[in-house]
Amino acid sequence: MENKKLYTIIVHSENIAGILNQITAVFTRRQINIESLNVSASSIKGVHKYTITCWTTPDSIEKVVRQIEKKMDVIQAHYFTDDEIFQQEVAMYKVSTPEFQGNPEASKVVRRYSAHIVEVNPTFSIVELTGMSDDITSLYQELRGLKCVLQFVRSGRIAVSTSCFERVNEYLAHREERYLQEKK
Amino acid sequence: MSKEKITGSEALMRSLEHEGVKTIFGYPGGAIMPVYDALYDHRDKLNHILVRHEQGAVHAAQGFARVSGEVGVCLVTSGPGATNTITGVADAMIDSTPIVVIAGQVGASLLGTDAFQEVDLVGVTQPISKWSYQIRRAEDVAWAVSRAFYIARSGRPGPVVLDFAKNAQVDLTEFEPMITDFIRSYDPDPETDPKAVAEAVALINEAKRPLVLVGQGVELGGAQQELKAFVEKADIPCGCTLLGLSALHSDHPLNKGMLGMHGNLGPNVKTNECDVLIAVGMRFDDRVTGKLETYAKQAKVIHLDIDPSEISKNVKADVAILGNCKRTLALLTELIQSHKHTEWIESFQSYADKEFQEVIEKEVYPGEGPINMGEVVHAVSEATHNEAILVTDVGQNQMFACRYFKFSKDRSIVTSGGMGTMGFCLPAAIGATFGRPDRTVCAFMGDGGLQMTMQELGTLMEQRCPVKMILMNNNYLGNVRQWQAMFFNRRYSFTPMMNPDYMQIAAAYGIPSRRVTEREALNDGIQEMLQTSGPFLLEVCVVEEGNVLPMTPPGSSVNYMMLNLDC
Repeated sequence: MENKKLYTIIVHSENIAGILNQITAVFTRRQINIESLNVSASSIKGVHKYTITCWTTPDSIEKVVRQIEKKMDVIQAHYFTDDEIFQQEVAMYKVSTPEFQGNPEASKVVRRYSAHIVEVNPTFSIVELTGMSDDITSLYQELRGLKCVLQFVRSGRIAVSTSCFERVNEYLAHREERYLQEKK
Repeated sequence: MSKEKITGSEALMRSLEHEGVKTIFGYPGGAIMPVYDALYDHRDKLNHILVRHEQGAVHAAQGFARVSGEVGVCLVTSGPGATNTITGVADAMIDSTPIVVIAGQVGASLLGTDAFQEVDLVGVTQPISKWSYQIRRAEDVAWAVSRAFYIARSGRPGPVVLDFAKNAQVDLTEFEPMITDFIRSYDPDPETDPKAVAEAVALINEAKRPLVLVGQGVELGGAQQELKAFVEKADIPCGCTLLGLSALHSDHPLNKGMLGMHGNLGPNVKTNECDVLIAVGMRFDDRVTGKLETYAKQAKVIHLDIDPSEISKNVKADVAILGNCKRTLALLTELIQSHKHTEWIESFQSYADKEFQEVIEKEVYPGEGPINMGEVVHAVSEATHNEAILVTDVGQNQMFACRYFKFSKDRSIVTSGGMGTMGFCLPAAIGATFGRPDRTVCAFMGDGGLQMTMQELGTLMEQRCPVKMILMNNNYLGNVRQWQAMFFNRRYSFTPMMNPDYMQIAAAYGIPSRRVTEREALNDGIQEMLQTSGPFLLEVCVVEEGNVLPMTPPGSSVNYMMLNLDC
């Protein structure tokens, strides 16, 4: 584990089938385990955004990111340490309504974490928490201690960098400008 | 007025012609039959070479591309046809060779059903190709083909795989030829940082013992003249990588020879003595660097490469100059001062002398005993006035060929460097004769490698392509045997090999041939080979347990080279 840190990689790619496979293959080839992976549409039309976390060394993260960026339909890939990003995670805890309501501790725990109850019906209720990874884990442990958790799911990390702009916007604009200039 | 509609297969033909394709290496089969049917009407413009195995098609396309600088094209069917090209696709990837492999695929409605001869070709080739794409609709053909050729040939070249579903081959579409010259997610010639250029110029101007490492990137970028101008102005000695051997001609006074495990003593030893190391279009392969922990630690490293992922991948670059080296070398040449490094350059001579006395003289001029491989290569190179294209297989034949063949023309070396694909030589040489019909193509093989793709003798027979095959037969898988001798206590585990009568095999294919067993007959045999038009097989029975020397043993430092097996 010497020298290993948790890195967050943010990738922007074209929205084409098969790119996720190409990106994860870069990790597989080096036997790096992906801790979390989130993929969704970005603010730019036709561009998808990937947020990937993994534990690795500074030397290896650099190479991984370059190899990802080398893929034909990947627009940009960058990596960040935790102090260079704002990050959040969403979790849902499905709890048994009778157990949950029968235990006054349960709603206290939910309030303490500023979690929300987003669904209540006679059989189950759903608690939702947006926050840091550690809080999500510890809320799970507390609710489990109260023996009322039926299901639990977490989204994996999503993150934005602390710099002001989404760099990919500038990059795409610059690429098109350079292309038009060279064409002249 | 509605436009004419044509089939996807016809669209493929027109797209290929639009890209300037004239030669296709291929093999038909079920899922590519509509394309072959369309090809029948285009056979006057698209010269299709029927190979005997799909691996032969892809290596031929590689050989074609390497000598001509154009994109090699390979056409195969789905399933096994497609998977038979995989070795060549991976080979082209690691050796940056522009090829486009077009494979048939089952119809889109059958995809994912384990249909007959269905294989997930895109999935299989994604990690080993520059781009793989499945064409599922006839209207996508023009776009996909133009994009494929643009990607294959631009930037750092590489293989592109087009997986052509059968429904898209037969469906009708309107057709307008397309040109791709921009992909927003792909920058084939990254911008050069002027600050890095200034730093490099300062380092080069201050350098007392600079060394240039010449890689294939110089030839891929067409930067041979720019390289020459650069090293001449700065007066810097050079070492060439295996694939960069003909980028700076052998007789250039600044060319100090080949780098790497079996390279020349001077450039390898001096790598660990230079103060500035300038790597041009090369990727610091482990066969070049030896032990990385001790590689050129004393030197400032300037790395010129078009591929950002190569920078600091193996050797940390102090200065990275991104971009096509044709442009970046010219930029550096303009900015650097003229220099003389006479003493430093002369210091290579003692190593060249030592290597000559202890290795080369014994190998090339043994005087008596069995014929050496180096001796054969040297004789063929001389007989062709160092002007031929060298194609090699993999192993001892490759190392001897690359050590002793000399180059006086650009794009003259075709060998499987990164992959080390045995069986590469014969089909690649066939491809090379189509890429440069004006040049002599000499193909050096061992008895192991020839037998891996020997079926391509059928292609040779049919096409009469003038491949001068030099089979250096030692009845061993020589390179592995050498390692067994050196590192496995001479336990020759499955390296001795029983050989067929190659004269009879050549005769069966109607290919003229000659076997040479005596030194006195060697030059005569070579002359007969060169004077015979069309293909020729020259089998030279060479010393059985010859060893490639010098050698940097695996895991050793680049400056440690064994000159004989006694040390």
